[in-house]
Amino acid sequence: MGPSSPDLGGATASGGPAAAARPDAIKAIPVRHWGRWISAAVVTYLLVALVYSFVASPNIDWPTVWEYLFKPLTLIGLSRTIELTFVCMAVGAAGGVMLAVMRLSDNPVLSWIAWGYIWFFRGTPVYVQIILWANIGVLWTKFYAGLPFTGLVFGSTASGPLVGNLFVVAVLALGLNEAAYAAELVRAGIISVDAGQIEAASSLGMSPTLTMRRIVLPQAMRVIIPTMGNETISMLKTTSLLAVVGGGIEMFGRLQNIYAQTFQIMPLLVVACIWYLVVTSILTLGQARLEAYFGKGFGMQETEAAEKRTARRTLRAIVAAEKSHGDQGRT
Amino acid sequence: MSSQPEGGHLIDAATIAAEAATGGQPMVKAEQVWKSFGKLDVLKGVDFVVQPQQTFVLLGPSGGGKSTLLRCINHLEKIDAGRLYVAGELMGYRERGKVLHEMNARDVARQRASIGMVFQRFNLFPHKTAIENVMEAPIRVQHVPRKKAEAEAEVLLRSVGLGEKLDTYPAQLSGGQQQRVAIARALAMKPKLMLFDEPTSALDPELVGEVLDVMKQLARDGMTMVVVTHEMGFAKEVADGVALIDGGVIVEQGPPNDVLLNPKEERTKLFLSKVLA
Repeated sequence: MGPSSPDLGGATASGGPAAAARPDAIKAIPVRHWGRWISAAVVTYLLVALVYSFVASPNIDWPTVWEYLFKPLTLIGLSRTIELTFVCMAVGAAGGVMLAVMRLSDNPVLSWIAWGYIWFFRGTPVYVQIILWANIGVLWTKFYAGLPFTGLVFGSTASGPLVGNLFVVAVLALGLNEAAYAAELVRAGIISVDAGQIEAASSLGMSPTLTMRRIVLPQAMRVIIPTMGNETISMLKTTSLLAVVGGGIEMFGRLQNIYAQTFQIMPLLVVACIWYLVVTSILTLGQARLEAYFGKGFGMQETEAAEKRTARRTLRAIVAAEKSHGDQGRT
Repeated sequence: MSSQPEGGHLIDAATIAAEAATGGQPMVKAEQVWKSFGKLDVLKGVDFVVQPQQTFVLLGPSGGGKSTLLRCINHLEKIDAGRLYVAGELMGYRERGKVLHEMNARDVARQRASIGMVFQRFNLFPHKTAIENVMEAPIRVQHVPRKKAEAEAEVLLRSVGLGEKLDTYPAQLSGGQQQRVAIARALAMKPKLMLFDEPTSALDPELVGEVLDVMKQLARDGMTMVVVTHEMGFAKEVADGVALIDGGVIVEQGPPNDVLLNPKEERTKLFLSKVLA
């Protein structure tokens, strides 16, 4: 029925109680928000001035920015940065799940070891940890295969090739640090799953391990994924701290090495900022997609997916029926 | 109404007979069951017996211990004293001579697999569709081939009137529909005993009937059931035995006609007058 049709007099075909005719929609003059206009104008004015100071500054040599933005040196550095981010996050996430499960374990020794790990790695600055791992060769000069404290040694090798490799140092420093933070996020995710879920799973005869894997972790993911997305974005930026160990194993270290010699400090910092912003923006978009996937069963967009599955099921049934019909025909 | 069960049996007679076979033992036997939470004694020496294919209803005021007793039957709660047997098997412990040994998690899980449980708050797995909820345990616990489990799950969901909702996630089902999925999920394990913990208490009044209908059908099919409920009508209609639990003890138990219509104990009369008022 169209919007008001007064000539029908409210008598509806459904036979229910007669609905009153709808009165005219309210047309009122909106409140003027003068304060909003003024504050917006002031803030915009200041922002324009700030941006202008960058763009028009003779001290930022924009041609240099454009030159370095797409130089192979920068782009290779960027690809190493992204690679490091994902390797460190993989190590961190795997370690985090393991630590979270240990922390929640009934075994008090495992629980306390996980607690101690998290305590150490969250209690010391990641910058210090990077330098510590870069110098670990001083502590561990050799790696031994054997049983500690028994004098039983099957073989040994110099630690140099491993701990002297800056990529290994980077993954150890950032991956192990991330594991401690991820552990707390995973633990929060696991705890957020309703206790009734575990009871339902155990009353169906599912073992604790199976319950964790099939029922608890998939639901915990819904809570964990958004936070892990943030962690990944944060990790991308944290890799810039690796510049301290030198060697140019990621983008910022490489740019720093250049401006240390050419003194084009501002242009190269702008290059770094642009690329970090580009990648974090892309990661933010990816995170939204992951959230949608792990939010399965919690949103209304499922209706469509369910309809598709029902259609496929019906189709399969029809095909099966046709087939069995055909088979009967032949015999 | 399409949401009503489509009639017929939920489980066939042969299955029931096989599931209910206990070698002459009662299906559930509780002997002097005690349970405390910290200093609070919730159960103080409960005795009762449920024979195969019977429906036993636990009534009583909130906090009286009836839900705890139900959860002790499948060892979701450990009992502190006494013995609890299901189909002649001691729950959660192994008795060697006079010494009790705690069962490990795997053996407890094996015992629970043959006891279905339906919860007040449904506890469906929200990340799985209705049919996935029903298929999950048969596939993962009993290692039924996926195709077979899917076919059986479909039959079960149809028999509880949810043939149209196979691929729907729990969040899009009404409370009554969710509870019927939960019943189908428990039945998919072909249990010898079904436990119902206030299965209609979280439902809107107009949805209670559809769940009770499924439970009544199940009782008529010969499933052994222990039901905690406030639904007096259900108790009168299908129970073989009822027990009133208050203050951690069974105040009175017997056939529904005796306990509900001619109660002997004052406390039973008081409770019934409040519930039926």
